[in-house]
Amino acid sequence: MATLEIKGLHVEIEGKEILKGVDLTINTNEIHAIMGPNGTGKSTLAQAIMGHPRYEVTAGTVMLDGEDVLEMEVDERAQAGLFLAMQYPSEVAGVTNADFLRSAINARREEGDEVPLMSFIRELDAKMETLEMHEDMATRYLNEGFSGGEKKRNEILQLMMLKPKFAVLDEIDSGLDIDALRIVSKGVNEMRGEGFGCLIITHYQRLLNYITPDHVHVMAGGKVVKSGGPELAQKLEEEGYDWVYEELGIEQTEEQNA
Amino acid sequence: MTVETKLALTEQDVRSFSEKINEAAWMTDFRANAFAKLEQLPMPKPDKTRIDRWNFTEFPTHTVESATFSSLEELPEEARSLFNEEKEYNVYVQHNNTPAFTSISEDLKAKGVIVTDIFTAAREHEELVKRYYMTDGVKVDEHKLTALNAAYMNGGVFVYVPKNVVVEEPIQALFLHDDENASFFNHSIIVAEANSEVTYIENYMSTVEEAKGQANIISEAITGDNAQLTFGSVDLLAKGLTGFVSRRGVTLGRDSHINWALGLMNDSDTIYENYTDLMGDGSESHFKSVVVGRGKQRQNFTTKIVSHGQNTNGMILKHGVVNDESTAIFNGIGSILQGATGSNAEQESRMLILNDRARADANPILLIREDEVTAGHAATVGRVDPLELFYLMSRGISKQEAERLIIRGFLQPVVSVLKAEGMKKLLAEVIERKLR
Ligand SMILES: Nc1ncnc2c1ncn2[C@@H]1O[C@H](COP(=O)(O)OP(=O)(O)OP(=O)(O)O)[C@@H](O)[C@H]1O
Ligand SMILES: [Mg+2]
Repeated sequence: MATLEIKGLHVEIEGKEILKGVDLTINTNEIHAIMGPNGTGKSTLAQAIMGHPRYEVTAGTVMLDGEDVLEMEVDERAQAGLFLAMQYPSEVAGVTNADFLRSAINARREEGDEVPLMSFIRELDAKMETLEMHEDMATRYLNEGFSGGEKKRNEILQLMMLKPKFAVLDEIDSGLDIDALRIVSKGVNEMRGEGFGCLIITHYQRLLNYITPDHVHVMAGGKVVKSGGPELAQKLEEEGYDWVYEELGIEQTEEQNA
Repeated sequence: MTVETKLALTEQDVRSFSEKINEAAWMTDFRANAFAKLEQLPMPKPDKTRIDRWNFTEFPTHTVESATFSSLEELPEEARSLFNEEKEYNVYVQHNNTPAFTSISEDLKAKGVIVTDIFTAAREHEELVKRYYMTDGVKVDEHKLTALNAAYMNGGVFVYVPKNVVVEEPIQALFLHDDENASFFNHSIIVAEANSEVTYIENYMSTVEEAKGQANIISEAITGDNAQLTFGSVDLLAKGLTGFVSRRGVTLGRDSHINWALGLMNDSDTIYENYTDLMGDGSESHFKSVVVGRGKQRQNFTTKIVSHGQNTNGMILKHGVVNDESTAIFNGIGSILQGATGSNAEQESRMLILNDRARADANPILLIREDEVTAGHAATVGRVDPLELFYLMSRGISKQEAERLIIRGFLQPVVSVLKAEGMKKLLAEVIERKLR
């Protein structure tokens, strides 16, 4: 079993504090969901874990099996087993999806032990089929001109090809049509198991109908303010966030009124 | 200010050269005429690059004699790999200043296609060469360097595709430079007559690390009604040469297309002029070039597409990378003349700076003299996008490799449109090498 442990995490963007002490522990074989109003710091948490250059960690720790993630370069974090499916993936012109994926896989292997081309292609074809992606997606440039939904599928394709220990999926369901939601969920569920832990950021119960979480957390004002089981997501879907604020006796934060 | 030009070669020297190679008389006269104009012509003035201290006139010797080849197998390895393994036709090779190998398929020969060195062409196809040699395209008296080319011309290829002939496989010209004392005053002419189709790819390849002298190169491409010409190049000239490279397209006919795909990978300081005149109504030009500057190299790339005819379309796409202490200036000019209604001029220049000491400048200009037209430009100069870098690194790819992927991708536009596999591979390899 592996563990990703986030403790007292404070993060700033351009001098503005967004995360104000996040505590969260995820083990492999667990699926966690984070919900919360817009602008409360969910993506910030995801980006800070992965090491986005614009987010500055000012306090707290992120440990992966006792190793200090915050000390690592971005590529080292990925090599250590972290993965982030981004809310807004970049487009990289001139680099084909297949070349990119092969580079990413080979980066995890020793020089001279590169993945054989045929087995790579076979695996890629199989995963693309699972995700019902058009085969020309492999030879198109990375995310360039992809529709919103295609980009999301492509994130899950990368997840399936790279097989990380821990994945953070940031709004992987936004912009997906109903069929795509089912397909993408199928991809994530295939990963589920002993060696895989997952943090799903979402606004909708709908996704969690397909991927049943073990734990659900609510984020507000840059903190995890409430945690529970799958029934928590259900209640949020039905009643919104007001009761959480009331229960905790906190003022609704500015981001919620904005 | 007039600067007296010390010429390395007198008119008499040029005459004796003409005699020695048994040149067509008209060409000898043509040179003399250029010589007469040379002295009073001004130097070109590439925007944003001062060239008054560049040496465009001195060189060790006008011509060197080099070996001819009886087969492409005799070429050095790097040059050999440019060509398709099985076929040895539709090829012209010039070895320094010596026409060294020419081969054209029987089929094309029967259809009247000509591929031959410029001297033979001037003798054997006098009317044709006269018709196109510095007439519709580059003019002798444009500036001193065009006149110098006309006066000193010592090589080049003539390619002629008659009406209605479709040439399926690319015609490739290799200008092999392996003598550090050799200079090029090359002049090539590519003509695609009405309804013809052809891809012509020229490759200037130095196999010496450093050289002395001039690379004064002019290539003119002229197309008739409804003709389609793709003009590709991979330039790999050595450090130490002074480069003036003018590539000119003229779509004389209606609905005629000239598309450019240029990999400009010289290590020499070079001034590039790439002009295309869209004369015929409905004619088009898509220009794509990629550039990598390194060392202390200084380069200036002026690309201009001029709409003369109605409903013409000119598109310029230039990508450049500057490394080390190199400088690259991109001047792009989209020009629509009065009367060219319904025309479109677009340009996009993108430059990546890899190093604090490298310099890049993109300078887009639109010159519009007509109302009912569309035009636009986009230019960016900057670093590798940190978000793209983060994205790739977040998949486990090292920073160095991620940068390499992004830069290689950025230079992809020309690699992907070059039609000859050997050229594609060469360009991809050279890009890797130049970025190392
Ligand atoms: N460059 C920046 N400068 C200042 N504030 C920023 C900057 N980038 C993001 N923020 C702020 O950080 C806060 C948290 O943003 P974040 O993207 O983490 O929210 P989120 O919870 O993911 O929201 P959503 O549900 O809309 O995706 C927001 O209020 C946002 O406006
Ligand atoms: Mg977000």
